[in-house]
Amino acid sequence: MGALYKQNDCEEHKKMIAFLDHLGKNTRTSFTKLGRGTFFLLQTLSGILSVLIRPRLLFNQMYSVGVLSFLIITISGLFVGMVLGLQGYYILSDFGAEETLGVMVAASLVRELGPVVAALLFAGRAGSALTAEIGLMKATEQLSGMEMMAVDPIKRIITPRFLAGLLSMPLLAGLFSAIGIIGGQMVGAGLLGVDEGAYWSQMQANLDFQDDIINGVIKSIVFGFVASWIALFEGYDAIPTSEGVSRATTRTVVNSAFSILGLDFILTALMFGDN
Amino acid sequence: MDNSVLPQNSLISVKNLSFSRGNKKIFDDISLEFERGKITAIMGPSGTGKTTLLKLIGGQLFPEQGTISVDGNNVHRLRRSELYNLRKRMGMLFQSGALLTGMSVFDNVAFPLREHTHLPESMIRTLVLMKLQAVGLRGARDLMPNELSGGMARRIALARAIALDPMMIMYDEPFTGQDPISKGALVQLIKSLNNILKLTSIIVSHDVLETAAIADYIYVISEGKVVGQGRPEDIEQSESDWVQQFMTGAADGPVHFHYPAKDYVDDLLSTGKRYG
Amino acid sequence: MQHTSTQDTLVGLFVASGIVGLFFLAMQVSNLGSFTAHDSYTITARFENSGGLKVKSPVSSAGVKIGRVSAISFDTKTYQSVVQLNIDSQYNTLPEDTTASVFTAGLLGEQYVSLEAGGSDELLQDGGQIEITQSAIILEKAIGQFLFKSASEKK
Repeated sequence: MGALYKQNDCEEHKKMIAFLDHLGKNTRTSFTKLGRGTFFLLQTLSGILSVLIRPRLLFNQMYSVGVLSFLIITISGLFVGMVLGLQGYYILSDFGAEETLGVMVAASLVRELGPVVAALLFAGRAGSALTAEIGLMKATEQLSGMEMMAVDPIKRIITPRFLAGLLSMPLLAGLFSAIGIIGGQMVGAGLLGVDEGAYWSQMQANLDFQDDIINGVIKSIVFGFVASWIALFEGYDAIPTSEGVSRATTRTVVNSAFSILGLDFILTALMFGDN
Repeated sequence: MDNSVLPQNSLISVKNLSFSRGNKKIFDDISLEFERGKITAIMGPSGTGKTTLLKLIGGQLFPEQGTISVDGNNVHRLRRSELYNLRKRMGMLFQSGALLTGMSVFDNVAFPLREHTHLPESMIRTLVLMKLQAVGLRGARDLMPNELSGGMARRIALARAIALDPMMIMYDEPFTGQDPISKGALVQLIKSLNNILKLTSIIVSHDVLETAAIADYIYVISEGKVVGQGRPEDIEQSESDWVQQFMTGAADGPVHFHYPAKDYVDDLLSTGKRYG
Repeated sequence: MQHTSTQDTLVGLFVASGIVGLFFLAMQVSNLGSFTAHDSYTITARFENSGGLKVKSPVSSAGVKIGRVSAISFDTKTYQSVVQLNIDSQYNTLPEDTTASVFTAGLLGEQYVSLEAGGSDELLQDGGQIEITQSAIILEKAIGQFLFKSASEKK
């Protein structure tokens, strides 16, 4: 009996050690990856000057990053605004406060939903495409080939895409919010009979340029920075096979979503905490 | 650099190179010389790190031990800008061609010129057409890389590799996966480019026939060591069983057909052990 | 590369619409439009209690919005609340004996400053002070007073 227990004990120990070993290795690889990612980011940032000298590179990327996300952002913005108008009306009318519908729709869009949802859509649409593009370039030796042609692939390929993401994000988030507010007005004032004047005037009276609009724009710039960084790094760091690239694409979407939502909490606490 | 030790005519010399990936030793203290203006081939079975060697010469990987010098420069001691300047004089043909998928054939060949020179567009056009003519694909200038066959993509990549008139070209498995006609075309092209442009060529390959036809000197590498070297005729006459097996492509020999395993009959009769 | 000009147009459209969106947010949605459009002048009012008044709370007269609260501070000598009011300069004809009160819009609404013009010929200048003020009504206090009063009446 005793011997059996001992053996069981031993097995447990082994499992425990294996588990800890696994955990330790995993933690270590995550830190290594974070380190690589930071180094990659610094390299990317160091290429900004060379991109500014050749704005054409940036311009081409604004097309694939910004313009191609335009449709999904505007349509989603419209629907989100319309839903907010509808839901907000039902709740506010219980308190006889339909007049403040504009405030509710605009504040939730400008402060939260605009930057966050636009960034999530951006990560899904443009981010995954960036990862796949860069990963494929790596898998087909294009990045390596560029290096052998004495062209730095980070400066030539990565930095323009990073800047394009950084610049597009606030524009996309602004569009999302603006169209959402109009969508909310269409439902609230157009369908449900909230006074249109009250919708706008309450909004203007309660939303502050500095506190709401500028903070929203800052949020979206931060999200654009992080989403572009993750997308490009996952592509650059992908295992250069088709399976590796498809895994990297998935990681881009998942990691971007986590980072955006986590950062949103921190930024919200910092920006709106003292109100 | 200590130039006096180098043989006078050698453009690239690899000395006592060791490199490993994980626990696997890919190169174990090997030394190679590549003569100026000649075609030198590195041959060996798949997975012997032939591509790795090219990346080491190009400065993309760092050796654990040993030195590689190209035209008198120790590749791994150069500063980044110096390395980039050296690379402008090195051409490399990747196995896949590595054409940039986002741009046309013309723009691909023009890419190194546009990145590294400030030539006017009209002159770039002339140069690109000349390079494309040299590989026989001037008519394909408006195609996109995904519209090219494998052989064409490699020839375009070759045109791009010679765009900056390099002193040397490294070919990574140029014949793999090509149909006989493309193979023939590439063999011709490599030979004639080497003669006309006075290039130094390094071919990494396991296609015995094609490589032996054009190489001036061959190194045969296996398990991190040089197992045979010499002119193609010498290699074919080699006394080493291993080299003979490789050159004739026999299924069994010093390299066994079977992966090491325990006795076949024993294995079949045993009840088997469950894993995991 | 042959699609460059259409591509340029689309990028241009994208950037322009993004900027229009942000501009719309700034001018139409937030208070920026109503803030910067006019010059304003500042007057102060001292309250015994300014209640839930906040910076940027509206200032209105006869129900029309004429300005905003720009600062609220506590005077350590008089123990009063000093409220600075930013009044739109087109409403520069407030008499010197104007009264300021802190009211609440609706039962649960936000608090605002209401100015009620007096009869004096002298006008309030920039930096002037409103002498007559009525503090915010604190609900708990009011209810307490009411109960106290009715209790004492019963006796």
